[in-house]
Amino acid sequence: MANTLKKVDAVIVGFGWTGAIMAKELTEAGLQVVALERGPMQDTYPDGSYPQVIDELTYSVRKKLFLDLSKETVTIRHTVNDVALPYRQLGAFLPGKGVGGAGLHWSGVHFRVDPIELRMRSHYEERYGKSFIPQDMTIQDFGVTYEELEPYFDFAEKVFGTSGQAWTVKGEVVGRGKGGNPYAPDRSNPFPLVSQKNVVSAQLFQQATSALGYHPYNLPSANTSGPYTNPYGAQMGPCNFCGFCSGYVCYMYSKASPNVNILPALRQVPNFELRANAHVLRVNLDDSKQRATGVTYIDAQGRELEQPAELVILAAFQFNNVRLMLLSGIGKPYDPVKNEGVVGRNFAYQNMGTVKAFFDKDVHTNNFIGAGGNGVAIDDFNADNFDHGPHGFVGGSPMWVNQAGSRPIAGVANPPGTPAWGSAWKKATADYYTHQLSMDAHGAHQSYRGNYLDLDPTYRDAYGLPLLRMTFDWQDNDIRMNQFMVDKLSKIAQAMNPKSIAVLGKQVKEHFNTASYQTTHLNGGAIMGTDPATSALNRYLQCWDVHNVFVPGASAFPQGLGYNPTGLVAALTYWSARAIREQYLKNPGPLVAA
Amino acid sequence: MSEHVPDNPRRDFLRKTLTLIPVVTVASTGLGLGASAVIAEPARSPNVPEKTDAAQYQPAFFTVDEYAFLQAAVSRLIPADELGAGALEAGAAEYIDRQMGTPYASGALWYMQGPFDADAAPELGYQLQLNPQQIYRLGIAGVLGWCRAQGNKPFHEQSAAQQDRVLAALEAGDLVLQDVPAKAFFSLLLQNTREGFFCDPVHGGNKGMVGWKQIGFPGARADFMDWAERNERYPFPPVSIRGERA
Ligand SMILES: Cc1cc2nc3c(=O)[nH]c(=O)nc-3n(C[C@H](O)[C@H](O)[C@H](O)COP(=O)(O)OP(=O)(O)OC[C@H]3O[C@@H](n4cnc5c(N)ncnc54)[C@H](O)[C@@H]3O)c2cc1C
Ligand code: SF4
Repeated sequence: MANTLKKVDAVIVGFGWTGAIMAKELTEAGLQVVALERGPMQDTYPDGSYPQVIDELTYSVRKKLFLDLSKETVTIRHTVNDVALPYRQLGAFLPGKGVGGAGLHWSGVHFRVDPIELRMRSHYEERYGKSFIPQDMTIQDFGVTYEELEPYFDFAEKVFGTSGQAWTVKGEVVGRGKGGNPYAPDRSNPFPLVSQKNVVSAQLFQQATSALGYHPYNLPSANTSGPYTNPYGAQMGPCNFCGFCSGYVCYMYSKASPNVNILPALRQVPNFELRANAHVLRVNLDDSKQRATGVTYIDAQGRELEQPAELVILAAFQFNNVRLMLLSGIGKPYDPVKNEGVVGRNFAYQNMGTVKAFFDKDVHTNNFIGAGGNGVAIDDFNADNFDHGPHGFVGGSPMWVNQAGSRPIAGVANPPGTPAWGSAWKKATADYYTHQLSMDAHGAHQSYRGNYLDLDPTYRDAYGLPLLRMTFDWQDNDIRMNQFMVDKLSKIAQAMNPKSIAVLGKQVKEHFNTASYQTTHLNGGAIMGTDPATSALNRYLQCWDVHNVFVPGASAFPQGLGYNPTGLVAALTYWSARAIREQYLKNPGPLVAA
Repeated sequence: MSEHVPDNPRRDFLRKTLTLIPVVTVASTGLGLGASAVIAEPARSPNVPEKTDAAQYQPAFFTVDEYAFLQAAVSRLIPADELGAGALEAGAAEYIDRQMGTPYASGALWYMQGPFDADAAPELGYQLQLNPQQIYRLGIAGVLGWCRAQGNKPFHEQSAAQQDRVLAALEAGDLVLQDVPAKAFFSLLLQNTREGFFCDPVHGGNKGMVGWKQIGFPGARADFMDWAERNERYPFPPVSIRGERA
C-alpha cells in the first residue's frame, strides 16, 4: 500500500533538460514543485572532477553514466510480424539515468530548427504535391511555427551559453564570411558567445566544401568559446577542447547541462525540491480518467510512495514519456493496423551516414582534441534547401565534421581492409590515429505507419512492469536518402585528397542494427499537433485527454529533424511553460478546444 | 626544445582550474574539493620503466591453464613487434583477470532476463544468456579441448603461426565450439585485449602507457586550448590519471 505524501502544485517526472527547464519556469510562477528523478544525484563534482573523469574505459566503454539496463530497457523488433527482443547491451542509443539526464553527458550541438520541418507535410504537399509523400509515411505539421518559437530559441541559447555565428539578426546580414549559415532562419539576437575555434579536421571540411561551392558554417555549440554568465546567474568557463566530451561530465564547467546552467538557481529557492533515486511507476488518474491526481514512485529503499499534485509534467525523455503514458492509461494507444489511436505513433529516429578520410603523416588531425558541439557544417542538402523533385525522397541532411574527441579503445578507425588484430592492425593504428577525420550526414528521419511504440507482451522491468516495445526498421525512403547523402559526403572527402576513405552508409534492405551507435535522437510517440485524432498533445504539449498532464521532449516531434533535437526540445519546453504560466494557471483546462 | 617544455600543459591546466573555480559562484557544494584534490596530488613517479611487471601477476579468476591461454592469445592479438610492446607486455592478461571481478563480468550491467533467443539476427544485438565470465570459461575450455582433439600441443605451446590460425578460425566462426559461439568469444577477447592495451593504467593494463605512446594519445592531459587549431604533431608524451608520465 502506497504512503501518500503532502500534495504539491506540480510534480515533474525526470530531471534532465526538460525537467530542469519546467522546474525553473514553474517555481518562478510561484508553484511548489517537486522533481522526481529515478537515477542518482550527479554533478560536476564529483562525477566530472579531474582527473578521474578522464577515463575512457569507465565512461565510453563501460558506459557508467547511461541507462542501467539491468533495471529497465526496451524491446526491439523490425516489423509487426516479428518477436521483439530486449535491448540487452547499450548500443544504438545511450539514454541518461540520473540527475541532469542525458543533458549531463550530451555533446552540445545546439541548433534551432529549419522552419519547413515544423510544417513538414504542408510544405512537401505545397511544393511537390500530395502524391510525392509515400503512402505509409505519416509525417505531420507540429502545429507551431518558427516565428512563434523564435523568442524561446533565443532564451534557451542564453540559458545554455551557446557559441555560434548568426547569419541575419532582425533581417540584417551579419554572418557573411564569418562562419554564418546562409540557410539559417532570421534571429532576434546574435548568439550569446562567438563561435568556437575550428579544429584541423573542421578546417579541412571548411576548405573542401568551399572549393565545391557549398556554404560552410560554424556549428552552434553549447560548449563555451569564452567565460559566460547566464540569465540565471550560473557561470561557465571556456571549453579547452579536452576531447572527453560526449558521454562525460565536463570538468571545465564549459558544456551546458541542467546541473551547471539551471540547478544552481533552483537550489536557491524554497519552493523547489529535487528527489533523486525516485523511480516513477505511473501517473494516477481520477475516476473520470480526464484528470491526473499525481504520481506513484519507488524510493531508494524500495518503498512505494504516492505524490499527489495539481499538475504533472512528464519530462522523462522520449520513450520513457511514451511508456509512462501507456502504463497510466493516458491517451488511446496507437494501432498500426487500423492506423488509429495516438500514443506510440510516429516513432522516428536519425538517418546517419558517415565517411572517414585517412591522411598521410603531414596532416595532423589530432583526433584526441575535440569538443562535442564544435565543428563546421553545410546545409546545402538539409531540409528543403535543394530540389527534391528529381530525387524522389523526402527529407534532408546537414553534413559536418563534429570532432568531439576520439580515444583509443573505442575511437580507433583504420582504412578499409585493415585486419582487426595482429601487427598489421597495430601498424595501421599507429599510422592513422592522429591522421584521420570523420564526417557525418546527420539525416532527418521520417515517420511511417509501421514504426511505432507499444508495451511488450513478454519482457518486464525490475519492478514487474512491461517494457516498452519498439517496432522499427529503415524504409525505402530512408535508404535512398542516405545513399544520396553519403555520395555527396564521399565527394567532399575526395576533395580533401586523402590516402583513402571509408564509407559507412545504408545498403538496400538493410535492417536497423541495435548494436551500433546511431544517435540518442529518438522522436515521436507522444506527438504534438492540431488534431486529437492524430496527435497525443496539443500545440502546448498538453495532453488532449488529460488536461493537467504536459509532456515536453522529443516525444512530441511528429518526425525527426535534420538537426540535433535538443535546441527544439528546449524551445518547445519554454513555449509550453509560458502557456502554463500565462493561460493554464489562470484557468486550468484544455488550452485548445478538441 | 627546452627539457621542461612537456611540463607546461600540465601547469597551464592547474592555473586555469584555479582561476576558473572562483568564477563559478552559483554552484554545488564541494566544488573546491575537486580543485584541491588536483593540487594536492603532484605528479608521481615521472620515470615509468619500459620493462613492466606484467609477468609477476597472479590471476584471481583464471586457472593456470586458462591464464596460459589468455597470455598467449593477447600476445598474438596485439603482438610485441618493431613498433614496441604488445598486449602481453602492457598487462592485458592481468587487466582481463582484474575485470573478471567487476559487475561487468557477471553481466550485472546488462538486461539479463529471459526468455533468451541465442539464434537471433545479429542486428538485434547481444542475445546470449552468458556473461563475460562464462564466455571466457566456456570459450577457453572449448579451444583447449579442440587443440587436444586435433592432437595438437596446448595453445600456449603452439607456434605463433599456429596460434594465429586458431584465432582466425575463431574470428571467422569456422571453429565450432560446443557451448559458446566462437565469434562471441573472439570478439569479447579482442575487445578486452584492446582495453587492456589502451586503458588508463589505473585499471591494470597499458603499463608504462605503452599503448598510448605507440599511437600518440596523450592520455589524461585533456587540455588543448592552445592546440585546437594547429596542424602540427602534438609533442607532449602521455600522462595517466595517477600522474605517471611516459
Ligand atoms: C551521448 C549523447 C550525446 C548527445 N548529443 C547531443 C547533441 O550534441 N545535440 C543535441 O541536440 N542533443 C544531443 N543529445 C540528446 C540530448 O541529450 C537529449 O535530447 C536531451 O537530454 C533530452 O532532454 P530530456 O529532458 O527529454 O531527457 P533527459 O535529459 O534524458 O532527462 C530525462 C530524465 O528523466 C529520468 N527518468 C526517466 N524515467 C523516469 C522515471 N520513470 N521516473 C523518474 N525519472 C525518470 C531519466 O533518468 C533522465 O534523467 C545527446 C544524447 C546523448 C546520450
Ligand atoms: S570538450 Fe570542452 S565542453 Fe566538452 S567536456 Fe571538454 S572542456 Fe567540457
